[in-house]
Amino acid sequence: MSIEVANVSKRFGDFVALDDVSVSIPSGQLTALLGPSGGGKSTLLRIIAGLEHPDDGRISIEGRDATLLRPQRRNVGFVFQHYAAFKHLSVYRNVAFGLEIRKRPKDEIRERVQHLLALVHLEQFADRLPSQLSGGQRQRMALARALAVEPSVLLLDEPFGALDAKVRKELREWLRRLHDEVHVTTVFVTHDQEEALEVADEIVVINEGRVEQIGSPDQLYDAPANDFVMRFLGPVTQLGSRLVRPHDLELRAGEPYGAMPATVQRIVRVGFEVRVEAVTAAGQTVLATLSRTQFQALGIGVGVGSPVSLRLVDGAPSVDTGEDPAAEAVLVGT
Amino acid sequence: MADRVRPARSRRPRPGPITYALRIVVSAYLILLVAWPVSLVARNTFADGFGSVRELLADPDTVHAFRLTITVAIIAVVINTIFGVGMSLLLVRFEFPGKRLLSALLDLPLSVSPIVAGLALTLVYGGRTGWFGPTLEDLGLRVVFAPPGIVAATVFVALPLVIREVVPVLEELGTDQELAAHSLGAGSVQTFRRITLPAIRWAVVYGVVLSLARSLGEFGAVKVVSGNVLGETRTATLVVEEKDLNFDKPGAYAAAFLLASVSVACIVVVSIIRPKEQAR
Amino acid sequence: MTSVLAEQIEPSATGRPTGRPTGRPTGRVRSGRLARASGLAFGVSMLWFSLLVLLPLAAVLVKSGERGWSGFWTAITNEQTAAAVRLTVGHAFLVTLVNMLMGTVIAWVLVRDQFFGKRALEVLIDIPFALPTIVAGLVMLSLYGPTSPLGVDIANSRRAVFLAFLFVTLPFVVRTVQPVLAELDRDVEEAAASLGASSFTTFRRIVLPALTPAIAAGAALSFARAVSEYGSLVLLSGNLPFRTEVTSVRILSSIENDNLPGAAAVAAVLLAISLVVIVIVDVLQRWVVRRG
Repeated sequence: MSIEVANVSKRFGDFVALDDVSVSIPSGQLTALLGPSGGGKSTLLRIIAGLEHPDDGRISIEGRDATLLRPQRRNVGFVFQHYAAFKHLSVYRNVAFGLEIRKRPKDEIRERVQHLLALVHLEQFADRLPSQLSGGQRQRMALARALAVEPSVLLLDEPFGALDAKVRKELREWLRRLHDEVHVTTVFVTHDQEEALEVADEIVVINEGRVEQIGSPDQLYDAPANDFVMRFLGPVTQLGSRLVRPHDLELRAGEPYGAMPATVQRIVRVGFEVRVEAVTAAGQTVLATLSRTQFQALGIGVGVGSPVSLRLVDGAPSVDTGEDPAAEAVLVGT
Repeated sequence: MADRVRPARSRRPRPGPITYALRIVVSAYLILLVAWPVSLVARNTFADGFGSVRELLADPDTVHAFRLTITVAIIAVVINTIFGVGMSLLLVRFEFPGKRLLSALLDLPLSVSPIVAGLALTLVYGGRTGWFGPTLEDLGLRVVFAPPGIVAATVFVALPLVIREVVPVLEELGTDQELAAHSLGAGSVQTFRRITLPAIRWAVVYGVVLSLARSLGEFGAVKVVSGNVLGETRTATLVVEEKDLNFDKPGAYAAAFLLASVSVACIVVVSIIRPKEQAR
Repeated sequence: MTSVLAEQIEPSATGRPTGRPTGRPTGRVRSGRLARASGLAFGVSMLWFSLLVLLPLAAVLVKSGERGWSGFWTAITNEQTAAAVRLTVGHAFLVTLVNMLMGTVIAWVLVRDQFFGKRALEVLIDIPFALPTIVAGLVMLSLYGPTSPLGVDIANSRRAVFLAFLFVTLPFVVRTVQPVLAELDRDVEEAAASLGASSFTTFRRIVLPALTPAIAAGAALSFARAVSEYGSLVLLSGNLPFRTEVTSVRILSSIENDNLPGAAAVAAVLLAISLVVIVIVDVLQRWVVRRG
């Protein structure tokens, strides 16, 4: 294990940011800390980096107790959401900063910086100032700067949060490829479940200062530990007392066949997807999503007011909410 | 935004020795340079109760000097406020050649020596040898060695203060609201009165307060152009000098105290209003 | 809190060159051409500004050239004048150095430290700006004059000139540096720390370069103010020729002796210094805005 977080607590005044959190982060992997804003994930990352001090608990990095270690001595690379570029230094000098602090020989610095700039595709921008770069380029520079000191762990705090959607998606794929090349233990914070599911080897879901679940993207998606994790990873709907995913619902026209009977209330088509809202006998509104092909297979007769039946497909994950089935249906969209 | 909570972003729980050292150095420096000497003026003024202040205000010439200073300051502030707001609007809302040069020149009065300012005004408006002075005197307007000269000198030294407060606020404000008002049928005057003016109100207030402090306290420029005639063109700051040079220390301290309390009041007023405006 | 000077002389870190307009037109609709009413207002404003400031200052330059180049040169190289200029510029320079150091330290403490009484210190910074200069002289005299409770009597000495300059220029560097420091991104310092830089190294290599334009702008303003100072010295320095007589006092005595061309020649030198300072501050502000 590369990073061990044991029983860490942190409060800011009355606000509990982390409540007895323990996490083990494996070496060489890309781990995502996923959760809603204000859930404590950034605080955890900053505590690992030494930028914040835990009120309680211990941190060890590569087997060494780092709880009381100053950030300068932790040998971690940290990448900030808003780049934290050294504005008065060129791209080259930004990347060289950590090496200059370590008083490495000039030749070695030049070689290493050039290698890193090539890695992040910024070779031709070496002499520019950060203000002359785009957001995505600045973040790649920040990444190269963090990697220059050969950190034992690389920590990224919402690294793509300030970028627009398209650049974000590009950089996300690029980070995955980069990680496959460098293999440094990497932890990144995100509130975007798609980002975490796409990029991470392992995901730690954090909410209200507590760890909700730790696992691979598949484990989390296929076996969510509780309704919070299930809701956070994508749209859900409630069928009876169970929380299920709308695309895991099977919808059939006509007579019930041992499933929940319902009446179609509304049909919305969004591109290839058809969303059907149906009301059960108990008055619960359930959302089912079908592909266009599936919907057409139901037959032409299905429209608002048609009787249908709903069933969860075999093996699909669901979580018991323990709530009254007749209660108001819960719809959580993305 | 990330889920960073920074109400009390704890850097280090306890400040280190360097923090304490800097705190002490700064406090000591400011106390020795400002707080202690300023408080001594107050102490010296009231060393024997209100006697010196009462005595000062019993002298009709001194009262005249203070009255002159206040009148001049009010006139100067009014002139500088109208000119300052107008100039700020022109500078921010219009494009014209030489704008950058003009905005730099508008700062000149702040860095010109008051003596140079006084000399400059004398060279143009001086009664005997000034460029326009003799003509103006023929028309019956005496500028230098008379109250108009004092007003001119005071306006000169405080000229940029309103502009420097209003211009940044106008730039920040942009024109969207004004355009919206125009599109809703408001005329230029209505737009200014109902949209622009309320937005720059506080900036104007700061500018006015600063100008007032500066105008009441002007010394060098006034000394050159006023002639310093007792009971006529002697101003409050000139009274302080005259009392001190004539070894009337209590009188000097009392006059200085009165002037200083106005400036300190101005500073305190500004420091009280400003955060309120930011919270708005 | 709040500063009297901050907005006036701040080369803003947010890229807003406060205190003076940018070249960019913000009046999208009416830009380019002045409407008739605005044109009239512009004309009146310019006339007023010219009559009050530009024309008189031009008169100083004209007067200084009245006796030709040699007359001008004689006036400013007059032994007593030269001594006054040397004293003024030399002390202004020293005081500016002290301000660059102490102003930055004060700004640092006011922005980064939290302690009881900080607000009071904030108010103290602005006092020299608002206090009438003649009163400032008396204020200094009360602690550092013949009746000093500290037993330090520097009245009528060169140290009095230094002290008076120090007092009147106190706000400039503090108020230019303070807003820039407050806007400074803490992430940047944390990034430097996690790259292994010590607090001192972070300050020297990351914070200080970011503050440099502000410090320089404050220094320029403080130098200009010191060079042109008059009022606070009247009661404090004794105005002794060759010893404590500063340039402004020298100009005044020339005026009082009806030597207007001589006064104007020295005044022209001071004006040149003011102009250079304004250009420096303007260039620095634009540079900061460009750097983003």
